[in-house]
Amino acid sequence: MVDATMLPEVTAAGVIIKAILILAVIAGLAGFGTYIERKILAFMQRRLGPMHVGPHGVLQLAADGIKLFTKEDIIPQHANKIIFAIAPIITAATAFIALAAVPVFPDFTIPFIDVYVPSIASDINVGILFVLGMMAAGLYGPLLAGMAQSNKWGIIGSARTAIQFLSYEVVTGLSILAPIMMVGSLSFVDFNNYQADGALWLVVYQPVAFVLFLIAGFAETNRTPFDLLEHEAEIISGYVTEYSGMRWGLFFIGEYANMITIGIIASVVFLGGYNDFWFIPGWIMIIGKIAFSFFFMLWVRASWPHVRPDQLMWLCWKVLMPLAVINILITGLVMMIV
Amino acid sequence: MYEVIAFYVFAISTTILFLITAFSKNVLYAMTALASGMVMISGFFFLLGADFLGVVQLIVYVGAVMALYAFGMMFFDATKDIKEKHQNPTLVFILGGLMALVFVIMFSAPIIGENVQAIHPVIEGVGNAQAVGMVLFTKYLVAFEVAAVMLLVAMIAGIILAGKKMDYSLTTNDDTYDHEDEILKGAGK
Repeated sequence: MVDATMLPEVTAAGVIIKAILILAVIAGLAGFGTYIERKILAFMQRRLGPMHVGPHGVLQLAADGIKLFTKEDIIPQHANKIIFAIAPIITAATAFIALAAVPVFPDFTIPFIDVYVPSIASDINVGILFVLGMMAAGLYGPLLAGMAQSNKWGIIGSARTAIQFLSYEVVTGLSILAPIMMVGSLSFVDFNNYQADGALWLVVYQPVAFVLFLIAGFAETNRTPFDLLEHEAEIISGYVTEYSGMRWGLFFIGEYANMITIGIIASVVFLGGYNDFWFIPGWIMIIGKIAFSFFFMLWVRASWPHVRPDQLMWLCWKVLMPLAVINILITGLVMMIV
Repeated sequence: MYEVIAFYVFAISTTILFLITAFSKNVLYAMTALASGMVMISGFFFLLGADFLGVVQLIVYVGAVMALYAFGMMFFDATKDIKEKHQNPTLVFILGGLMALVFVIMFSAPIIGENVQAIHPVIEGVGNAQAVGMVLFTKYLVAFEVAAVMLLVAMIAGIILAGKKMDYSLTTNDDTYDHEDEILKGAGK
């Protein structure tokens, strides 16, 4: 670890390079993620998945992209046009704003031009709350989309958005409170440093909080088993029923970016962050952890059916929230005694 | 310089958004403007360096307005304008205007009359959340605890009022009830 006083000055160029790095990597991954998702789901269900475009269907991504960009952009006649147009932008924008405050790679200096690139584009000292708040604000996208399109399925989708949001947001906050109490800071960098130099990962001390956070994370990103908002078998596509082309694509990119953000939060808060591990450098470790959590989300999607809305609320309010509160109480007691 | 520009951007957009909230006849516009206005207000906190309060503003009001949306969804058709019934618009206008004026005078008079000094100046070298915690748990401890008790009372009352038939499930007590649900739900009683 470099001592805090020895850190070079963060320049505007460094921040811009970091921002471009994050945008390029995440936006690229969000597109490529669809291909990975289809392939992994296919292998888990003993199918082949996309095979026809390019070798093993790798170029399917390009084909889908061309289709999305050139598709006709339809706005339903009785829809509220302004809100209908704003909704997808909210989802995508908040997903990327949230990424401004998460650390992705360790600090490094670009060798020849000597520009210091910080680990985090904007290290505000309440980073973790900011990211969670921004991701919560992202739920306004589905909500507004469903209400603006004057479509039954859409309005059911947005009603489900509201109940899902109000249910799991409590669990997200409470589950992450216990690690915050241990570290004593809301900054991601402090979380990372707490687990540096061979210290145990926080998941060892806080296994319950980790599981609760993962469950809430699935709800936050609308992934199966909590994909109530757009479940095809029940409500056609929920809030995206009337969307086509790039507007639909923005929802999609937002969802994938949020999946990666949840992966980053889980890695930095619970799984040791971007510290070196034995001989493995930190940036490989963080990529590995993010990739694993991404894979884990697909794995769960292939293994579990989705739940009903009432089951989701039952789970959140009667099981997860009491567990989270008890976890906080025990953490507090142990911290007081030790 | 940048702070001044940012302040005016936030100030103008907040004012416009809250004006839309007050004047729009469409419930969807009104609520969306309210939510985005709340987000814009958090911008002021960030400008003043109170990151923690800014984020709290963001999280609390995002959730609160979301609950408002749920009610809006139940009571209104979001795609149509609402026909409001005004019994006496002049009286409402005068009373509302006077109240706004009183509030403006109440909050601006001390600022104009004397330079406002911070009773608890920001402690140097302490993080935002810690600074809030120090003031909250020393000077304002009683108010904080009273608020906590009040919220607890409100929560218990809410549970009692809403929870009369909590264990009676409309879905599972339907005529077409099948017992697989019981298995799915496990020992969820």
